[in-house]
Amino acid sequence: MSYLDKDALKVVGTRPIRPDGVDKVTGRANFGADMTMPGMLWGKIKRSPHAHARIVSINTDKALTLPGVKAVTTRADFPDIPPEKRVLGAAPANLWDLSRNCMAKGKVLYEGHAVAAVAAVSPAIAEQALDLIEVEYEVLPHIMDVEAAMAPDAPILHDDIFTAGIEPRPTKPSNIAKVVRFAKGDVEAGFREADVIIERRYTTKPVHQAYIEPHACLVSVAPDGQTTIWSSSQGQFMVRGYTSRIVGADIANIRAIPAEIGGGFGGKTIVYLEPLAYMLSKKSGRPVKMVMNREEVFRATGPTSGAVVEVKIGAKKDGRITAAQTVLKYQSGAFPGSPVQQGCICGLAVYDLPNALTIGYDVLCNRPKVAAYRAPGAPIGSFGVESAMDELAHELGIDPLKLREINGAKNGTKAAHGPTWVNIGYQQTLEATKAHAHLKTSLGPNQGRGIASGYWHNAGGESSAACHVNEDGTVTVTEGHPDIGGSRASMAMMVAEVLGVPFETVRPVVGDTTAIGFSASTGGSRVTFAGGMAVTQAAQKVVEELKKRAAITWDISPDAVEWKDGKAYPAGANAGSFEPLDLTAIAGKSARTGGPISAEVQINAQGQGPGFATHICDVEVDKETGQVKILRYTAIQDVGRAIHPSYVEGQMQGGVAQGVGWALNEEYIYDKDGKLENPGFLDYRVPVASDMPMIETVMVEVPNPRHPFGARGVGEVPIVPPMAAVANAIADAIGVRLRDLPMSPPRVLAALDQVEPMRQAAE
Amino acid sequence: MAKTHVSTIINGEPVEFLCEPQQTLLDVLRDELGLTGSKEGCSSGDCGACTVICDGNMVCSCLMLGAEAEGRSITTVEGVAQGDHLHPVQQKFLEHAALQCGFCTPGFIVAAKALLDENKNPTEEETRYWLAGNLCRCTGYDKIVRAVLDAAAVMRAEAAE
Repeated sequence: MSYLDKDALKVVGTRPIRPDGVDKVTGRANFGADMTMPGMLWGKIKRSPHAHARIVSINTDKALTLPGVKAVTTRADFPDIPPEKRVLGAAPANLWDLSRNCMAKGKVLYEGHAVAAVAAVSPAIAEQALDLIEVEYEVLPHIMDVEAAMAPDAPILHDDIFTAGIEPRPTKPSNIAKVVRFAKGDVEAGFREADVIIERRYTTKPVHQAYIEPHACLVSVAPDGQTTIWSSSQGQFMVRGYTSRIVGADIANIRAIPAEIGGGFGGKTIVYLEPLAYMLSKKSGRPVKMVMNREEVFRATGPTSGAVVEVKIGAKKDGRITAAQTVLKYQSGAFPGSPVQQGCICGLAVYDLPNALTIGYDVLCNRPKVAAYRAPGAPIGSFGVESAMDELAHELGIDPLKLREINGAKNGTKAAHGPTWVNIGYQQTLEATKAHAHLKTSLGPNQGRGIASGYWHNAGGESSAACHVNEDGTVTVTEGHPDIGGSRASMAMMVAEVLGVPFETVRPVVGDTTAIGFSASTGGSRVTFAGGMAVTQAAQKVVEELKKRAAITWDISPDAVEWKDGKAYPAGANAGSFEPLDLTAIAGKSARTGGPISAEVQINAQGQGPGFATHICDVEVDKETGQVKILRYTAIQDVGRAIHPSYVEGQMQGGVAQGVGWALNEEYIYDKDGKLENPGFLDYRVPVASDMPMIETVMVEVPNPRHPFGARGVGEVPIVPPMAAVANAIADAIGVRLRDLPMSPPRVLAALDQVEPMRQAAE
Repeated sequence: MAKTHVSTIINGEPVEFLCEPQQTLLDVLRDELGLTGSKEGCSSGDCGACTVICDGNMVCSCLMLGAEAEGRSITTVEGVAQGDHLHPVQQKFLEHAALQCGFCTPGFIVAAKALLDENKNPTEEETRYWLAGNLCRCTGYDKIVRAVLDAAAVMRAEAAE
């Protein structure tokens, strides 16, 4: 059964107060660092001061003799992971890389790489003990820049990595871990047909997810191996599985309890602390709590790739694109796995291209291993493509929105990376953009307007859900996905809709790994889609059971019972005449009709709808300081169906703000020795309230027919357009194109000086 | 080094504790007194997740030593609601969906309360600058600012009754 008819919905589409809200406004909610256990120790990590060095020796003797120190762990305690155990289930992580990222083996590969860890009775003693651990290093040449790392004579990070994706297999190791390539048609022929060709190079800096909650966990390992992990992550099953392989424990011995999570944005889809806390707990026999400080978060977790993006687009005079080509070079950090493939796909996916070619390079360098960051890879490639589209529009003398209407993907378009689009809403976002009042307002001096579009696949995958009717007729729904932005509300709303009961009678719970079946992590904008599908199916099974119980009560066939507005009714005159039975009536007598009423569902959700968005941004450039102020911002997005519209708007607004930070301020700054110079929120400047205007949202609803309520993922696509929208607005304001992120005041001033040399001379 | 004995008032109740000289007020609240509503996001005064009110002034509890709480009156997020009656700022945060992950929320609630204690009718711009020391990475601030302005309106209406 589907619920695609919006007018028939009573709960979905309304804006109830989230079930976990009061806990979060009163300080009751327990996040990663908020838990304690009796006898608990504090763990701290010794980190590399070098960007690239061989570990000659580690001596922990002095640290162990410091009173209050209960355990020290180094790489020697961790097992090597054989090739057949390096992946687990459908999860994409290479657990051998992850293990060596958690604790360095042989070499340190970036400043901040963990080399040892200590557990002590207080944080202060643990800190003191770190200074007593002696590590001797042989410093090696390091490489930070993506193109320098690709050079044949570059210092090599891993001598066992040979570039994958090229034939024949190379004989020399390389920092280029992988080359990916997607092609459609014949780009050379396409460029020959073009009247105008734009060929540009753009660059982006690594940026951090910058969740406000640092990583934290509390781990207790009993002498028999039974383990409890309390931690903040985007997936308790991920924590359980990854930790088990890294420490060499059985999954069944680990119970992972999801704490409330204080932001993740992809950065908490892998582990850093849990395996170390496990080892310290195992060695000390006591629970161990580990909490990163902000410096550690910057130096050793995340970020996403810095990159070079080369874009070439050819078009006829009428605006029709004849060919498009992109070459993307992404930093992966210390281990392979940058999101370059997503960058290749997503940048071009917005358009109907007769000929297209995209090539991506996954490049190692002496920086922290990148982690997923909201629509991983897509914002980087799209910054290039959407900026180039604006430059092309300028060159052709065609309105940028019109250029996108001419070339935008539609149902039936075959994307450059393969699929043929069905049920997509990109053109609808363009129509809504065109109709929006924002475009009709005028701009003042040094003000400009830019538009840009974006695409993200969204994800489905494995999810479990259970729906229990309690003895009093209230409902508990248990799901397996940490709630990172209000998804508990959406789950309860879908269940309430299916059961026909008030939202307030449904209590959603995020279960630990022993309370609910396996569920993939909260990521890929998948929870409302896949988790929502699972809870909907569980509630539908409960409805079938409730009808059966009513049928037993009335002694008629279950087929003769219908469920409407939270009650069982006889289906027609032939079924007999009975007073309707609600959940309370049926649940109160469940012992007499067959026992408890519950259903659990496990699915591998397919059919997530792709997400498209178009953004409008107005800026004002201060020509004296180079500062760019965002004056007005409108985000238009196909959301499928907004289950809880306030939280959908919130996702769109949050994505925009992160994108604005990426565009204007955020960047990792390293010194010549490869040491991070800005590992704090003072110098790594994320947007604050006074940097932002209100962010208008337009939720276009093109329902996804593969989801019972029409939902498609909404959380990631809103971070894809902002960087180009801001760049395009700046170009409109001052007539200068900035192609390097961030477009911080010094860069804006430098760009202005290039076009206004008189200005420079006058100063 | 010997621990310091501190007598203070937290959320209207007299409290005594022992702390080490280097422990911040945030460390004491979270690790000694079990008041984990105040959060640690940076320990350098840049994120505002640990915001408390000390003798009427908004401060980052990570920048104040526990020993400095002697003789003062501290309000933490746990003291903003009166029993089961939420403060208007808390209620409006819920109604406006002004939180996503909720980690920065305690700091924002305390900071917004401090603003409205001082200024009954703040403009949007005043609100944005007042809250500029509190980082939120989820919401883009839109719904937070709306919630605070709406709470101010409710409080003015209540005061006029």
